[in-house]
Amino acid sequence: MKLRPATQHGLKGQRLAALFLLGALLFNYPLLQLFARGDMVFGVPLIYCYVFSAWAALIGLMALVVERGDSNG
Amino acid sequence: MLTGGLIVVASFIYVGLLFAIAAYGDKRADAGRSLIANPCIYALSLAVYCTSWTFYGSVGRAATGGMGFLSIYIGPTLMAALWWYLLRKMIRISKANRITSIADFVASRYGKSQILGGLVTIIAVVGVIPYIALQLKAISTSFSIILNYPGVAMPERIGSRFFLDDNTFYIAMLLAVFTILFGTRHLDATERHEGLVAAIAFESLVKLVAFVAVGLFVTYGMYDGFGDLFRRAAENPQLHALMALGGESGSYTAWASLTVLSMFAVMFLPRQFQVAVVENVDERHLNKAIWLFPLYLLAINVFVLPIALGGLLHFSSGGVDADTFVLTLPIAQAQPWIALLAFVGGLSAATGMVIVETIALSTMLCNDLVMPLLLRAAGARLAASRDLSQLLLGIRRGAIVGILMLGYLYFYLAGESYALVSIGLISFSAVAQFAPAIIGGLFWKGGNRRGAICGLSAGFVIWIYTLLLPAFAQSGWLPITFLSQGIFGIDLLKPQQLFGLNGLDEISHCLFWSMFFNVGLYVAISLLRAPDAAERSQASLFVDAHRQTPAAGSRFWRGSASMDELSTLLGRFLGPERARDALADYARQRGIRAPDALPADPLTVHHAESLLAGAIGSASARVMIASVVEEEPLDIGEVIHIIDEASQVLAYSRQLEQKSQELQAATNELRGANLRLQELDQLKDDFISTVTHELRTPLTSIRAFSEILLDNPALPQEQRDNFLSIIIRESERLTRLINQVLDLAKLESGNTVWQANAFDLREALEESLNAMSQVFQDNRLRVESHWPEDVAPIVADRDRVMQVLLNLLSNAAKFCTPGTGHVRVMLVHTPEALRVDVADNGPGICEQDQARIFDKFRQAGDTLTQKPTGSGLGLAISRQIIEHFGGRLWVVSEPGAGATFSFTLPCLGVLDDAQKP
Repeated sequence: MKLRPATQHGLKGQRLAALFLLGALLFNYPLLQLFARGDMVFGVPLIYCYVFSAWAALIGLMALVVERGDSNG
Repeated sequence: MLTGGLIVVASFIYVGLLFAIAAYGDKRADAGRSLIANPCIYALSLAVYCTSWTFYGSVGRAATGGMGFLSIYIGPTLMAALWWYLLRKMIRISKANRITSIADFVASRYGKSQILGGLVTIIAVVGVIPYIALQLKAISTSFSIILNYPGVAMPERIGSRFFLDDNTFYIAMLLAVFTILFGTRHLDATERHEGLVAAIAFESLVKLVAFVAVGLFVTYGMYDGFGDLFRRAAENPQLHALMALGGESGSYTAWASLTVLSMFAVMFLPRQFQVAVVENVDERHLNKAIWLFPLYLLAINVFVLPIALGGLLHFSSGGVDADTFVLTLPIAQAQPWIALLAFVGGLSAATGMVIVETIALSTMLCNDLVMPLLLRAAGARLAASRDLSQLLLGIRRGAIVGILMLGYLYFYLAGESYALVSIGLISFSAVAQFAPAIIGGLFWKGGNRRGAICGLSAGFVIWIYTLLLPAFAQSGWLPITFLSQGIFGIDLLKPQQLFGLNGLDEISHCLFWSMFFNVGLYVAISLLRAPDAAERSQASLFVDAHRQTPAAGSRFWRGSASMDELSTLLGRFLGPERARDALADYARQRGIRAPDALPADPLTVHHAESLLAGAIGSASARVMIASVVEEEPLDIGEVIHIIDEASQVLAYSRQLEQKSQELQAATNELRGANLRLQELDQLKDDFISTVTHELRTPLTSIRAFSEILLDNPALPQEQRDNFLSIIIRESERLTRLINQVLDLAKLESGNTVWQANAFDLREALEESLNAMSQVFQDNRLRVESHWPEDVAPIVADRDRVMQVLLNLLSNAAKFCTPGTGHVRVMLVHTPEALRVDVADNGPGICEQDQARIFDKFRQAGDTLTQKPTGSGLGLAISRQIIEHFGGRLWVVSEPGAGATFSFTLPCLGVLDDAQKP
């Protein structure tokens, strides 16, 4: 019983750290460059679209990691 | 319709609203129903990160650099993912160690170093002043612009005006007053301001709503949504470039360094530390903030690029600063309410930042710079007063005014030459210097004080040289050749191409070099020498913070120490007696009579800490002292428990040691007693054999003569008489012997009845000489006696003293050679006593016998070969008698040169004189 929350706790932190690494990759050269060519999608600049959707996705994932499972994790 | 009066009234209504919220928050906090005990409020208060720099400056930056501005918000988002490890740990440590500012945090981590605390404070103040200037500039500019409604005009240059004519000066003063009212209404040992946090959260909400409202208006009011706006902008090749990552601040290196910088800034800006760590109510609020705070950042940035593009499209002719688009676009569209909302939003952003930042800085200045210096300079005087809270409040208020005035000065002299974003980044780069010491300190036990001091100083110096001085140069305070040619014309020292490093923007350049030296020195110096014990235990307190249970239900704070608690604490570890003595010593040092009268001021606490440190190590001592000086959170209780156990073990081992010493002493005593017993046993054997011998001799002769008399009835009368007299003499001797044995037994058992009277020792001497005269004559001995004319009487048992005299005289007679023998008796008057010397010219007593002759049945010489000439009890009895009356009996002798027996008896001389009329 005592082990479970600890494991969960550790897992949450690791998941968040992984998200940090993912974010560091997403919002950096060279991935940024792929979207920074000035193209437009749905009438919106590609880079604008990419940064905000990746950002939103990252926040969503963080929320998912933090809020899932027991709240006092 | 949007008159100056209305704007001022609106501003004051808004500020009044803030006060109402703050007051309500404080009231709720006092009632124990915290308004801010809510993760959403916590996340909103974290959004104090978004200042007027975000509100106005992002648009300006986007107007020149496109998407580049976003890195400043992406960084905090990434950092939020690490909060789970980083910020949680910082909160836990800070709560456990009663840390109230980032300077305190760094100082505490590295062995509570005052130097580090001061250094961090100086860096923070110097680094953040431009940032505060920036807020003043934003308020001032926005105020000037909205006053011009419905016209759109840029404010004139500030520097050309006298400062008293400049409304920014009054804004700064007003902000100082607000901050003082908000932040230093009363002194809270915890440095928590619940009402303030509620107001800040509200401000965050206002600025978000205002910015989004302007964004919606621009996007959907002025244009037909995102698609329309972007399509129109894309038609302009210049604007099209902004939709890519490019331009001066759009390079990937700059993007990456700004991301890193903002990651550090969101953790280590004094105001962020204040709201995120110090004002944190519950560690669990962090969970929601991890995604709510980035969400806030995302929301406030969605419309930045649209507003920038809209502004650039609308004011295509130029003349309007992009930093002001948020305000000027609604004005240009004749939307007074949206313009007013935008103005209030900008005001929120700026005031929120200024208030929290100055409070955080004033706490640091007071606690980590002024108070340590003040305590050093005037510690004794400060210690004398029981209540330092007014002084502290005064210092803090002074610090708030000082900081804002410095901010104003920077703005007045240099503010105009830089865009908002550039000023902010200078501050970011400054606080980024804290990162190695803090992050390293959180996870690496090896990091030590010297390393932190060297790293921080080096980073700070590099920051000044590569960022602050160039900013001064560009403002015209320094010759511009400083930039182009380097200091002293040395090319390698060009501040923006240090050591010839080219191709980096100034922020990346500064970040690289400052981190190079900061991290490098921190690691290298730390590795040079192992941290001392205090640092090590403090390091493990920080690094292993997660292993300690979090403080639960420790919301109750106590502001000061009490002497009772301190002395109890000291007593607990030093032992009550030692603690009392130590405190009494300390009280004497400070010129206070009783330890109870000691004030429980920082000096006493410090002394108590150092006292404790001697017993339980300095780090533990600090924790202990902290537990009574301020608060006693749960984990401190655990520490107490642990240390209690340790001290118990220590006490046990000390007791064991003491016991073994006692045992050793007892053994020695026993050994001594055993020796004495053996000796006594030997003495008893001797005694018995002597007594039997002594008894047998007279008995034998009595029996022999009686038998002769019985067997020979016809003996001549003369012979019979002779024999009978021998029998009588021998019986007398026997009686005397038995009497003496009984006498000695009585003396030794203390059953003797003494009859003490005052008498003249001369008379006793004369009497005894008379009594002995026959013996002397028989042995043909010459007797000589001397005594002074006037002799003070003594108080003693006269008969007993006579007994002693007779014993000494008969001994002298016994050992003198008949015919040539010579006995000298002298009475000497010494100041307090009378001394009687009885000297003979007999064979003397060898040295080893001198001590033994006073023992029972001991006689000089060999009792086996020589016939004993006495019972051997006389001297023992004499000594008992003399010592009973407070005198001394001893012998001085040399073999062959006779012996002198002397005794003293205290005389009544002085008393007698006093009684004389």
